[in-house]
Amino acid sequence: MAITEDQLRQEQEQYKYGFSDPENYVFKSKRGLSAEVVEEISYMKGEPDWMRDFRLKSLKHYNKRPMPQWGGGGLLNEIDFDNIYYYVKPSDRAENSWEDVPDYIKDTFDKLGIPEAEKKFLAGVGAQYESEVIYHNLQKDLEAQGVIFLDTDSALKQYPELFKKYFGTIIPPNDNKFAALNSAVWSGGSFIYVPEGVKIELPLQAYFRINAENMGQFERTLIIADKGSQVHYVEGCTAPTYSTDSLHSAVVEIVALEGSRVRYTTIQNWSKNVYNLVTKRAAAYKDATMEWVDGNLGSKLTMKYPAIYLMEPGAKGEILSVAFAGHGQHQDAGGKVVHVAPHTTSTITSKSISKEDGRSSYRGLLKVHPEAEFSKSNVRCDALLLHENSRTDTYPYIEIENDRVDIGHEATVSKVGEEQLFYLMSRGVSEAEAYSMIVTGFIEPIAKELPMEYAVELNRLIQLEMEGSVG
Amino acid sequence: MEKSLIIRDLHVNVEDKEILKGLSLELEKGKVHAVMGPNGSGKSTLSYALAGHPNYEVTGGEVLFNGQDVLEMGADERAQLGIFLAFQYPMSIPGVSMANFLRTAVNSVRKARDEKPMRVPDFRKMLNEKMSVLKMDRSFAGRYLNEGFSGGEKKRAEILQMAMLEPKVAILDETDSGLDIDALRIVSEGVNALRNPDTSVLIITHYQRILNYVKPDYVHVLVDGRIVTSGGPELALELEEKGYDWVREQFAVPA
Repeated sequence: MAITEDQLRQEQEQYKYGFSDPENYVFKSKRGLSAEVVEEISYMKGEPDWMRDFRLKSLKHYNKRPMPQWGGGGLLNEIDFDNIYYYVKPSDRAENSWEDVPDYIKDTFDKLGIPEAEKKFLAGVGAQYESEVIYHNLQKDLEAQGVIFLDTDSALKQYPELFKKYFGTIIPPNDNKFAALNSAVWSGGSFIYVPEGVKIELPLQAYFRINAENMGQFERTLIIADKGSQVHYVEGCTAPTYSTDSLHSAVVEIVALEGSRVRYTTIQNWSKNVYNLVTKRAAAYKDATMEWVDGNLGSKLTMKYPAIYLMEPGAKGEILSVAFAGHGQHQDAGGKVVHVAPHTTSTITSKSISKEDGRSSYRGLLKVHPEAEFSKSNVRCDALLLHENSRTDTYPYIEIENDRVDIGHEATVSKVGEEQLFYLMSRGVSEAEAYSMIVTGFIEPIAKELPMEYAVELNRLIQLEMEGSVG
Repeated sequence: MEKSLIIRDLHVNVEDKEILKGLSLELEKGKVHAVMGPNGSGKSTLSYALAGHPNYEVTGGEVLFNGQDVLEMGADERAQLGIFLAFQYPMSIPGVSMANFLRTAVNSVRKARDEKPMRVPDFRKMLNEKMSVLKMDRSFAGRYLNEGFSGGEKKRAEILQMAMLEPKVAILDETDSGLDIDALRIVSEGVNALRNPDTSVLIITHYQRILNYVKPDYVHVLVDGRIVTSGGPELALELEEKGYDWVREQFAVPA
């Protein structure tokens, strides 16, 4: 994790915790962003020229693009981009100590019952040996099948050709301002290549890559599923991802080649000071299936719309999105599907929950190209409001460019009713528990798609969010 | 006779309108009491007020459960004490299975009584037993609470909840409404099977019909927010025959 100061809201506090003592770092870029800083990052990483040029070109795009004014518009203007360290050498992460992690984060870990080792990892403080062993065993098994599972920086060094062939092809640097930013200063993330016909049964979890960079500020993930292969990648964790970073801007690119099946599951719970601005996109080729399962809790503002381009006939895409916006939070989430080829199918299911003055938005795009005849798509978005001052908005953009398609769209907004609460409470259930039952019931269609332990933790997290919210 | 619930001079407002106007009623342990009344007499208000609905404002009187005043308690606390209301119109809760809901409810009540949570196998066994008493298919346990249930299924689900929670005071609010004769019989048999010397049952109804299946020990007549007369089971039959106007005239209640 690239540790940088939180310059936005808690500057004093961060100093107190000592995360940003410059003497702890071997290398740290200057504050702010410039061609010089970008070149320096590339140099420190020992990258090939093409990557340096890619970064510089991306920086130009970034500088040219205006700040988006939609979505979290107003909030984005509050980010002080000149005050951010864009690169801190990751190996120095271990310098942070468990003692420095704020008590409220530790308390939450305790409530979740997360083992000590995982807690430390989640807090971004150093490695743990047991997990390393698990990781290495997993690595051996995967290597035997020809699977590559590395942090993205190492992959660039070890597999330069494969890397270059796909990197930046799904999300080009000029795609949007934050993709450009990531392209200029990316660091860490996961690189996965699954060879033809290889089916990885267990979900690959970033958690096991304990020593590697995977939750940095500008992480970059690239997954290539070769023909007929299968992989499920689980990112992040349901515990609050503690980060001193105020800005998290990741890019995730996925290539699902013919007949492959890729599922990418994210359950994230950022600390409440974080701007989480992520671009995720997959290209699914002939008969391939791509699934995004995306759960967003925490953060101050999240803008994230996992996308699937259905490139060839028979491709299928599914997006499941859950967002929980608590006090002072804005979750602008949804999904995007582009039907490029005929006989392609897609489903978007979005569930959002707004608590107190929290605000959640569904923002989705469904686009069907003129060539994409006989395509089918179904979009469903449901919003649940917990309190009178909770807010939800729906922005469903639909662009259909031919008639021979089958499109369904349904949106609902519901409020937790007094009668529902009374009904549950009349059975002896407390008000907080009644609320969390209604909420967990609401997201059940998505929770059941998660690996068991994640579903359990997601439900417990929501229970924690609900505690103290009523009274 | 030992009383489980004593209601004295209860006044309840709904949206600033007085609906219960000094209602008094005492329930005996192990007995079945029926409260009968015409539309608008305050039957549902009585059941909601006893269960602790926040919109039913108690402006006077007292309700004692085994000597303890419950009026200051929330609905959850009353349920934990052992007051149960079978709803006339149960709410559906999508995504929450009957079994999960019941386990949470049962364990909430146990927790309030400082008892350990029920073990999953014990819970399942109990659930299966109670479901077979009510002639409910096992698949019921996996269905979402009241979601897509027929009228009869909803009422049976209410009685199942009652059976699982083993209340000391069970209030059945117009449980017979909307039931065909077969469903009514099944539900009634369920209620009868759950009768025990510790539990008082309060059947709130417009019609005498359900009382053919669940024999009351006492019948009370509710008119215009007050119990105007009480008697044995024969009173229900008399009401059925002579109608509520007869009671109004008899007890000089303005219509």
